[in-house]
Amino acid sequence: MKPLYPIGARVTVSDRETTGHMRTPTYIRGKTGMIERRCGSFRNPETLAYGGNGMPEQPLYRVRFLQHDIWTNYLGPPQDTVDIEIYQHWLERTV
Amino acid sequence: MPHDHPHGPVVDPQRLAHYQDMATAVRELLVDKGILTKSQIETKIKEMEDRGPALGARMVARAWIDSDYKARLLTDGSAAAEELGIPVDGTKLIVLENTEEVHNLVVCTLCSCYPRNILGLPPDWYKKRPYRARAVKEPRAILKEFDTIIPNSTSVRVHDSTADMRYLVLPLRPEGTDGWAEEDLTKLVCRDSMIGVRTAKEPREHF
Repeated sequence: MKPLYPIGARVTVSDRETTGHMRTPTYIRGKTGMIERRCGSFRNPETLAYGGNGMPEQPLYRVRFLQHDIWTNYLGPPQDTVDIEIYQHWLERTV
Repeated sequence: MPHDHPHGPVVDPQRLAHYQDMATAVRELLVDKGILTKSQIETKIKEMEDRGPALGARMVARAWIDSDYKARLLTDGSAAAEELGIPVDGTKLIVLENTEEVHNLVVCTLCSCYPRNILGLPPDWYKKRPYRARAVKEPRAILKEFDTIIPNSTSVRVHDSTADMRYLVLPLRPEGTDGWAEEDLTKLVCRDSMIGVRTAKEPREHF
């Protein structure tokens, strides 16, 4: 899979419901952040975990979110962030 | 980890026993089928136990005294580790520099991903649910419990290690250490400072 998102692009994490081995925590689903860096491509853990070969490889990104965009009651200052690794098939571009 | 609310046991002992049984069964099968020998398993366990925070401390101390090394460390943590003879076995290591503007904190909310090649086995609190849940939601409260007060003018940047990267924090070099030898500096670099829950030790704490 080709990487679709450049550094700085605004992206939203898919809010899909899932079961099984996912590397996208529920607290970040549906949230919008910005691509911090590209991390290369890796085999997909969602099929790799069940005896599959994990192909095609998925581009992996680090996405930066403002804490206040994740938690409505975050207590710290506005510039605090969470950086988290998200695979491309979980991301949607946001204008 | 110190915290201020009561709760029951974090891991159900019965469930833990189940996974321990499964691990033993898998190990025995691997040996019975001739895929691994007992001594290979023992050697690997010893290798993992021999790794510890002293490795990370060497990287940090070198970065404090050598700005070229620091630049390489921040560009490619894995290559910079191997440059000091610390094998990373393919781990993709990202090094996060603490500055006056940014304080970094590492967590794995999904499980307990940790830079084991560099820091050895993770502390128990790192693996338990209270830390994993709270580090992304109230990092400043967690930091305070480790006696780490970050002013509101400094960003707290949490790194959730959810997939294929591993993270090491490069703590700020303590004041009053100008001219120190690299080996003495390593003694100020505690494990917790490389996870980001504490700062490096002050000179007076160690000497």
